Amino acid sequence: MLTCKEISQLASESLDRTLTLRERFTLKIHLFRCDMCSRYVRQLKFLRRACADADVEQLTDAAELTGEARARIRNRLRRA
Amino acid sequence: MNAVNLDPNTWLDRYGDILFRYSMARVRDKTIAEDLVQDTLLAAISAVDTYQGASTEQTWLVGILRHKVLDYFRKSARERPVWNELAMESDSDFDGEGSWARPVTDWETPEKAAERDEFWHVLRGCLDTLPDNLRTVFALRELDGLETDQLMATLDISTKNNLWVMLSRARKRVQRCLQTKWFERR
Repeated sequence: MLTCKEISQLASESLDRTLTLRERFTLKIHLFRCDMCSRYVRQLKFLRRACADADVEQLTDAAELTGEARARIRNRLRRA
Repeated sequence: MNAVNLDPNTWLDRYGDILFRYSMARVRDKTIAEDLVQDTLLAAISAVDTYQGASTEQTWLVGILRHKVLDYFRKSARERPVWNELAMESDSDFDGEGSWARPVTDWETPEKAAERDEFWHVLRGCLDTLPDNLRTVFALRELDGLETDQLMATLDISTKNNLWVMLSRARKRVQRCLQTKWFERR
């Protein structure tokens, strides 16, 4: 039997590689009996979807190039 | 659209900020992000002839920036190979038996949360609490969708296992942070 700690690692890896049949089975059995790990898996999947769909505005503060940086880049581009 | 329509003189004004934000979401350092914008525009100017018109100007520029960002990580991984040092962290999320030490609570309808600007503010804050290496693997995996072998090559990570442990730690920290700072406060 795997612990919740081990299951959390396996759940994360399921987002990065194809689990073996045996691993998938182990995961399923554990999730069937464990509410917290089931939530954790759902939350990781939500995180994945949210990040993939996020636009650049959501992922950064409304950061802008400073006037100084802008001038520096403009100068450099002129010499290109 | 074809190459004739490209107007490099307007790029900095029209796309400078969007390119800067794209960089900041990945490298976090303002000076490096500014340099990446500059490198991108320089590369774009010398590649004007290769523009096929298959994508918009902005998409094309972001595509070039994407490569610049990966180049930057490749280079800094070579210069500062900290990637394979997996810090032994005491995992306070679990007790001695490997069970959750603090409950994973029900987030109910997280998709609703994601529609709100404040949620993203909190999520950005959570990403910023990650140590550099965890933040980078998380961003390149979840924002850019790099696969395991691409991540290992780009960041010079020697084993898949190390990478997967780092990704798991990053996700767990973000999950924990979102739960505390957003979902338990609603």
